[in-house]
Amino acid sequence: MAIFQQILFIAVLGTVAWLGYRRVSLIRSTILLGKSEDRSDNPGERFSMMLRIAFGQKKMFDRPLIGVLHFAVYIGFILINVEVLEIVLDGILGTHRLFAPFLGSFYATLIGFFELLAVGVLVACIIFLLRRTVTKVERLQPVRHREMNGWPALDGKLILVFEIVLMIAILTMNAADLVLQDLGSPHYRQTGDFFFSQFLKPLFTGLNEETLVIFERVAWWFHIIGIFVFAIYLTYSKHLHIVLAFPNTYFSRLMPKGKMNNMPEITAEVKSMLGIETAQTGEATVIPDRFGAKDVQDLSWKNLMDAYSCTECGRCTAACPANMTGKKLSPRKIMMDTRDRLEDVGRNMLANGGKFVEDGKSLIGDYILEEEINACTTCNACVQECPVLINPLDIILQLRRHKIMDESQAPASWNMMFQNLDTNQAPWKFSPGDRFNWAAGLEPKE
Amino acid sequence: MAEMAANNEAPEVLFWVGCAGSFDDRYKKVTVAFVKILNKAGVKFAVLGTEESCTGDPARRAGNEFTFQMLAMSNIQVLDMYGIKKIVTACPHCFNTLKNEYPQLGGHYEVIHHSTFLQQLIDEGRVRIEGGETFKGKKITFHDSCYLGRANNIYEAPRHVLEALDADLVEMKRCRTKGLCCGAGGGQMFKEPEPGKKDINIERIEEALATGADTIAVACPFCMVMMTDGVKNKEKESAVKVYDLAELIAQAEGL
Repeated sequence: MAIFQQILFIAVLGTVAWLGYRRVSLIRSTILLGKSEDRSDNPGERFSMMLRIAFGQKKMFDRPLIGVLHFAVYIGFILINVEVLEIVLDGILGTHRLFAPFLGSFYATLIGFFELLAVGVLVACIIFLLRRTVTKVERLQPVRHREMNGWPALDGKLILVFEIVLMIAILTMNAADLVLQDLGSPHYRQTGDFFFSQFLKPLFTGLNEETLVIFERVAWWFHIIGIFVFAIYLTYSKHLHIVLAFPNTYFSRLMPKGKMNNMPEITAEVKSMLGIETAQTGEATVIPDRFGAKDVQDLSWKNLMDAYSCTECGRCTAACPANMTGKKLSPRKIMMDTRDRLEDVGRNMLANGGKFVEDGKSLIGDYILEEEINACTTCNACVQECPVLINPLDIILQLRRHKIMDESQAPASWNMMFQNLDTNQAPWKFSPGDRFNWAAGLEPKE
Repeated sequence: MAEMAANNEAPEVLFWVGCAGSFDDRYKKVTVAFVKILNKAGVKFAVLGTEESCTGDPARRAGNEFTFQMLAMSNIQVLDMYGIKKIVTACPHCFNTLKNEYPQLGGHYEVIHHSTFLQQLIDEGRVRIEGGETFKGKKITFHDSCYLGRANNIYEAPRHVLEALDADLVEMKRCRTKGLCCGAGGGQMFKEPEPGKKDINIERIEEALATGADTIAVACPFCMVMMTDGVKNKEKESAVKVYDLAELIAQAEGL
């Protein structure tokens, strides 16, 4: 029986590792479809940014209560992994509570601490679930935000249910284990009572040893399989943020939010038009096949990592002046659409032996509408809000560049503004000769 | 500037007036107020006059990189021709573009927004608030401009300037990093808003009015237009005034 469990476990572990590897490779290769952009400067500053924002969750504490609850889930997730390591090793080696002999009486304290964390996760997830279903936090409601319709809303709830079930499994497993220890069952090493599950013992006392073993085993398997399924699930889900938050904050923009990236290919052309010598004559001849971004491949790899890092919390959208006044623009939708497109491109690549075959679709037009990007005031509120430093504005501006420069699709009044700028060097129809007229009323300077 | 250059003089700072400051009737008053402050403080400054062009910000934000770079390059040529080192401007959009985006195209200057410049003049004692209108007991609320605040992390300088007025400074619910946009940035100033249920400046003006302030202080020509329109929309023109920081300081100085 024991050897059968061991073989089964190793088979399951191998399958999960293979599925996970395949999924991670695909995500990686779709991110790398993006244009190169150097984000390797200032490693010290980047590291401290990652420590503060991802590791320390600084932005989550903008809302202190939610910050604490989220921190409970996060710290629980990270630390309970130590126990998962023991469970995995037990599964492979056919042992039971492998770490116990090495840690002595400290073992019970450690597991007790994990249980404390598990209860924290349990409570936080229940509150989060209630926020989604009962108190109806506005930014999470599909009725108000169309991008949350269907899968995203379900995904948000599924994850929470998943975590609740996993935590219940771990506590059940430990409680049954403790009762088995009390019975002196040979396989169940004496560890001493655990912090929380000792109170669950009454649920299992009175059951015979065999039933208890079944309870303990089922809970053990349920818990570990649950974790494996969760690991694969999260690569398809918004929950990928738990991993990508770290690289995403590390590689975030370090320059002022107001600064837009330059387009060197245009600089060369402008220089030649103005008769300014370019440093290298070859520079001017490089004409890109496309201005701005039409599809995900035109964005930078960091924009694409942003898309996978988004957990759809909607703080960006809640802060967006266009969205709150009823415009179609939603920064969260920009990120979700970018990811949806990337996932579609990824599936396309899988089906075509790793190469993307043109499918006649593009990010702007088929996923994101012109009306959405035209509503943006570039106020940076979305960028400011994101707890993992995603930059929806950067994508919006690149899409605009494509619409305006490549497709010449601008609202008529923008075309008028461009025309004024080209002819009068001012966005309004004023004669450049009148530019100094404001000084007419001033007394002449001596 | 051309005059100064002809006399072989160099200004302490170049005042970048901007298109709104040059052409918009309302914002020309801000330009004049700022010039009066500079003159009184004895700041040796210059303007480019008719040699100035739009920085290109609205074109760039709308997606027209070509027009932006044409304007930027010719401005850089003019600025470099006069050997300009330091620029002050009353427009956060000009400020952001000159400071953050001209270096990519070879234009390197020390660029200061007029809120910071005014704060420095006050701190140095070059601007003294006396002899003019008193603001004691008046309620002022400051509307953060996106391109000053979130874009460039300038939140305190304008507030320090307002504190010098000895008025009662009240904050809106959404201020500093959480400040709500007036609705004009990113090229919106030059087009009708996309379909929605409300205009952004109305949302913002409601918040400003809720503070009970009788003066809304702004530090941006676009915010000025949007907030003024908002006040008009709410028919509060007689009770609530929208002023730029420079105008308030000039009034307090009796200029």
